[in-house]
This record gives sequence, C-alpha cells and structure tokens, in this order.
Amino acid sequence: MKDSVDSDAFATRAREREAQDFAMWVFLVSETLIFGAFILVYLISRWQFPLTFAEAARETSLWLGTLNTAILLTSSLTIALAEMSAEAGRRHARLLLVLTALLGAAFLGIKFWEWFEEYRKGLVPFLGLNFSYGGRDPQAAALFFRLYFALTGLHALHLLIGLTLVGGAAALWPRIAAEKRGQRVTALALYWHFIDVVWVFLFAFFYLHGRALP
Amino acid sequence: MTDRTAGESYLGKGWGLLDWLTTTDHKRVAWLYLFTILGFFLIGGAAATLIRIELFTAKGDLVRPETYNRLFTLHGVIMVWFFLIPSIPNTLGNFLLPLMIGARDLAFPRLNLLSWYIFLFAGIWTFGALILGGVDTGWTFYTPLSSLSNSWVSIAAMGVFFAGFSTIASALNFVVTIHKLRCPGMTWFRMPIFVWTLYATSLVMLLATPVLAATLLLIVLERVLGLGVFDPAQGGDPILFQHLFWFYSHPAVYIMILPGMGVVSEILPCFAKRPLFGYRLVAYSSMGIATFSFLVWGHHMFVSGQSVYAGILFSFMSYCVAVPSAIKVFNWTFTLRNGYITFEAPMLYALGFLFLFGMGGLTGLMLAATAVDVHVTDTYFIVAHFHYIMVGGAVSAFMGGLHFWWPKMTGRMYPERLGQTAAMLSFIGFFLTFAPQFVLGYQGMPRRYYEYPSEFQTWHALSSAGAVVLAASYLMPLFYLTWSVFRGRRAGGNPWQATGLEWQTASPPPAHNFEEPPVCDQPPYAYPPPPVQPDGGQPDRGQP
Ligand code: HEM
Ligand SMILES: [Cu+2]
Repeated sequence: MKDSVDSDAFATRAREREAQDFAMWVFLVSETLIFGAFILVYLISRWQFPLTFAEAARETSLWLGTLNTAILLTSSLTIALAEMSAEAGRRHARLLLVLTALLGAAFLGIKFWEWFEEYRKGLVPFLGLNFSYGGRDPQAAALFFRLYFALTGLHALHLLIGLTLVGGAAALWPRIAAEKRGQRVTALALYWHFIDVVWVFLFAFFYLHGRALP
Repeated sequence: MTDRTAGESYLGKGWGLLDWLTTTDHKRVAWLYLFTILGFFLIGGAAATLIRIELFTAKGDLVRPETYNRLFTLHGVIMVWFFLIPSIPNTLGNFLLPLMIGARDLAFPRLNLLSWYIFLFAGIWTFGALILGGVDTGWTFYTPLSSLSNSWVSIAAMGVFFAGFSTIASALNFVVTIHKLRCPGMTWFRMPIFVWTLYATSLVMLLATPVLAATLLLIVLERVLGLGVFDPAQGGDPILFQHLFWFYSHPAVYIMILPGMGVVSEILPCFAKRPLFGYRLVAYSSMGIATFSFLVWGHHMFVSGQSVYAGILFSFMSYCVAVPSAIKVFNWTFTLRNGYITFEAPMLYALGFLFLFGMGGLTGLMLAATAVDVHVTDTYFIVAHFHYIMVGGAVSAFMGGLHFWWPKMTGRMYPERLGQTAAMLSFIGFFLTFAPQFVLGYQGMPRRYYEYPSEFQTWHALSSAGAVVLAASYLMPLFYLTWSVFRGRRAGGNPWQATGLEWQTASPPPAHNFEEPPVCDQPPYAYPPPPVQPDGGQPDRGQP
C-alpha cells in the first residue's frame, strides 16, 4: 500500500488521491479568476460601447465558431469516457485520450485558420498589421478585436497546455502505474472541462453577441 | 558540530550542494527560501539606504533624477514581491506548517521545491530587468506611464508575473495540506492561529494573484501588441488598470500582514504564559480579514476620478475591514493582561509589532476617510503609513518569529542579550525613521521627489539618521544567528516551554518530523499556570 503514494506525507493512496482531486479544484478556481479579470475588462468595454460591440461581433465567423464549439464539446465527452474506462481499468482509455487530443488539435487548427482569415479581412488591430474595419466606430471596434484576440489567444494557450498533457499521458500510458491511471485521467478531465466551459463563454461573447439584433 | 546527531535530524545527512538543491523536505526548502529572501532583503535595503542618503540634504546631489526613480522602483518591487510576500509564509510557514498540524510533510513536496525554483528564477529575472533597464514606474506599474516608459517595463512585469506562479503553487500546497493532512485529534479549532493565518493568506493568494497576473499580462500585451485596453488614445481606460491592480494589491497587503499576525499570536501567549484570549474570535477574524480585503480596493483611488458614490462606499467598507484587525488587537492585549510576562527577544519583537502595527492601522483609518486622504495622497504620510504596516508590522513579526523558532530550526539557542538589543534597536530605529515622515507628509512633502524645499531638511535628516540605526539592527542578527548555529547553547526540544505540536519533537526535528505519529489531545495554547518559585520569582525558562 505504502509504496504507491507519491508523497510520504500520505498514509494511504486513497487519501492522497482525495488531496490531489481537491488540489485540482482549488487550482481551477484560481484559473477562473485569470479569465475572470479579462472577462471583466471585456464586459466593461462592452458596456461602454454597446452598439459597436454588437456590430463588431457580427464580423466573426459564426460557422467556424459553432463548429469549434461542437468539436470541443465532443472532446469533453471523449475525455469523460476516458475517465470512466480508466477508473474501470479498461484498455481503451488510452484510445479515448488519443481521440480527445485529436479533437483538441482540430479545434486549434480551425482556430488558427480563422485567425488567418481575420487577418486577411483586415481585422487585426495590432502589431502594425492592417486594420480596415468599415463600421461606425473603428476605434471602439479595434478594442473589441484586441479583446477577441487576447481572450481567444489565452484560451488557445490553455488548450495547447491541456493538449500536451493529454497527449503526454496517452504516449506514456504503459509507464503510468495501473493504480494511478484513474487519478491521472480524472485530473486531466477536470482541466479539460474547464477549458471547455471557458470557451462556451467566449463563444457567447464574441460570436453570438449581436447576431439576434436586426 | 561534531556531536550533531548524524542521520537523525533533517540536517543530518546529505550536505552536498546537490542534496540541498534537490531536497523535497519542507524544512530544507524553507531554508532555501530563507537564504533567497534575505538576499533580496539586502538588495532592497541597499536601495533604501541610497534613497535615504539622497534625501539627507535638500539638494539632489547624490543621484540624477532618473536614477532616483529607478532606485525607488527597485526598492518597491523587490521589497514587496520578492521579500515581503514570500517572507513569513515561505520560510517559517514552510518549516512549521506540517510540524504544527502533525504531518510528515506538505501535500506536494515536489511542487514545493518547484515553486522555490520558479521564485528564484523570477527574482533574478526581475532584478536583472530593473538593473539593466532602469524601470521608473514605481512598484505599481501605473498606466499610462507604464504603457509609454521604456520597454524594460514589460520584462520587469513579466518577472513579477512569473513570481505569481510560485505564489499560487505554495498557496495551493498549504491549503491542501491543511485540509487533508491534519493528524488525528487536530480539529479546525485546535489549529494554532499561525496555521489559521496561513490558511487565510493562502486563500487570498489563490484568489488575488491570478487577477494580478492577468493585469500584468494586459500591460505586456498593451506594450508588445498595442492592445490598447488602458490607453485612452485607443479607446482604452487607464482607470481600469487601477481597479484591476488594486483589486489584487489591497488584498496583497493582507498577504503581507496576516502571517505576521499569526506569528505574534504564537509568541504572546508563550511569553505571557496565558492561553490566547478569545481564540475562536481570532481565528474567525483572520477569515474575516481575508474576505473583507477584497471589497475595499477603491480606497486607493479616491483621487482617481471614480464617482463620489464609489468613494463613499469604499470609504465605508474600509472602516469595516478595520474591525477584524481591531478584534485581534484587543485579544492580544487581553492575553497580556494578568500574564506572567517575560521579555525575551521574540517577545520584544512581538510587542514592537503590537505598537507599530497599531499606529499603522490607526493612520490607515485616517486614510480611509476621504477628506483626509485627499489632503495627504501621494505625500510622505502614505509612505510612513505603509512602512508602519509593512516594516513595523510584518518585518518585526518576521524577526520575532525567526528568533522564536530558531532553536527549533537549528537546535541551538541564539545569544539572548544580543537578541534583546537588536529588538530594541530595531524599534528605536524604526520610530526615528518613519515617525518624521508622518510630519513631512502632513506638511505637504510629496513622495517620489529626489529634492525638496529646505524647510523639510530637519525632518528628513532625522529620518535618514534613523535608517542607519534600523539597518544596524537588521544586520546584527545576521552575525549572532550565524554564530549560534555553530557555537550556540543546545536548545532541547522545547526551550520556551511552549505548547503546540512543533515543540513535541526534537530540535532540529528528524527528517520525517516525528518519531511517533503524533496525536493532538489538547486545545491550543493550553498553558499551565506557572509554578510559583519559593522566592516568588519567575521560573527560569532558558534551560532545556
Ligand atoms: C531601511 C528601511 C527603509 C527605508 C529607509 C525605506 C525608505 C523608503 C523611501 C525613502 C521610499 C521612497 C518613497 C517615495 O519617494 O515614494 C520608500 C518606498 C517604498 N518602500 Fe521603503 N524603506 C525601508 C524599508 C522598506 C522595507 C523593509 C519595505 C518592505 C519590506 C519597504 C517598502 C517600500 C515600498 C513598497 C515603497 C514604495 C515605492 C514606491 O513608491 O514606488 N521599505 N522606502
Ligand atoms: Cu488598500
């Protein structure tokens, strides 16, 4: 029993596992606040320029956004399944992890393509790239797009980290002790779901906002 | 040296550099932190000394104006982020937390070591940026100056951002340890107050540090990508920066002071030989402070142009946050009442804390009144106020705690007379340095000026003289504590006859903290009534 704990501080593996799950939750609360601060900035800016923000949000690609949302939600499902089968000690847990990683990669691929399209449409208001937005208040619209790139960028960075961790776990699967697999996948899944939830908010802020208006 | 119980204590085996740099023992990581933060304290102190020498005369004759701006930025950034915030939690806290709750280690020993490496890296990085680049924004990185000043601002801000990861990792480790690793019998209301304050501090760190990280990231994005969130020329809002910054930095003040309150709550009962008065109330008030601290950031912004209503609301909330602190002060005072008080060095530091923190708190209340604040904003009154809290309060508590637990950490006693002398000197030096600054500020001396009208000369000269005394009092322990490690009298397990699990194991503790898994079977601070000596004197507590 004793030899399977990661830290001598714990008497049993079960107790350690409880601590690790708890730690992940606390960590996610902390992560929420990073996004929270950015989202606060977004909300304040949107409150300052309500019309421009609604108008600018119609420039993003609803199709690609929706597609990506679907992909990410599916990946949340696959990692949840991976968690269940890892707990049950079944073999295809590893396969499900690979699938999750692939879905994540697809999301990132689409996201990069979308950014590139936006660059071509002249919607990138920084780094001296050209910004040729034709709406009523280009100044405020620029703020919208800066926030869009900052927030989706931060999200993509998180997804990239998640992707690396999930891919790493899948690659090193045989080297992870059998009794620790469930724990490992649970932690990964929590983190993945978090990224997913953040995206749902971003989707509402940057894609859905303003579409219902005439 | 030769009779060190080899192989037994955590200091016992493995003295190679590599053994220390790869250790996962929380007690050794505490030492790593101690050395690093003391290094930063010396650097920050050197900058403070230069500032004070410059201000000794009314003319700006020592350094050029740009250099002056860089100096106070260096001093502020290093002292706040690389000394004060990690000081008590990461040295004393790291060492004591598992011992105090009867655990063998922290929940994540490797994460603990990693967080030290991140801290070291961030510190060197930031210090490099400050020296090479000459950042002049002050430790607050206020926009628009920080959006426009030289490009090293981004690098310095990145350094502070990195340090945030280390803070979050330690805080996470502490919270999980306290939740999951308390020994049998150690209920929440049997935890020492120091553990309570570490818990409250960690929660504040977990909730506030990410906001700071986001804010700094925005500054960097603003500078590198031209994000324009804060720059009014691009539709941004500089006041927004102040909101985000103070949302973190006001709670950060409690990150700096709460652990100090915890240390004092351990020392006072021990040297008064009395249980801590109102234990539960003190525990609750720690959590109260942590909660309220998130609601008062706007008192830093009375003159920023926020609305009058916001000003009034924040003023009111700031009075509220004073209540839990006041509760603590009353409880400490009541603990002393009828106590059998002795004045060893830790006790002197703790009493110094009580007095200086009290004064800092009272002047803080003055500042919470918008009318006064508008008069003294950005004067030396502010400088004096926050040094009373941060140096008079937090640094005194740190020194007191270091002396109090030194026998536990090293197994040796420090020379008591020298300790008492240093404690008194620090009190005198502190008072001489910072009391004149209240007067200066009230008379209208603005902060951050490298020269001033000659009317202010006398008060400035007094302050500079005090700084010399203060510096001496900080350097003294460096020598006698080091000496004591080799030559000091052996301490024995419990030299102060204190309660608390950490005193029930050997000094220095064995690698796994306890020979036998401990059980907690007593309420905290169960000090027995002291035995009355035949001659009516106090019992001698210097003996092992
Ligand atoms: C030897 C004792 C010290 C002296 C003489 C001293 C002196 C000063 C002076 C003259 C300033 C500049 C005020 C201004 O013009 O804005 C200053 C700022 C500051 N000091 Fe100290 N200080 C000392 C110790 C400390 C310590 C121990 C800390 C924290 C642990 C600290 C934290 C700060 C901070 C945060 C600032 C604000 C810098 C800014 O305004 O950007 N000081 N100090
Ligand atoms: Cu404040």
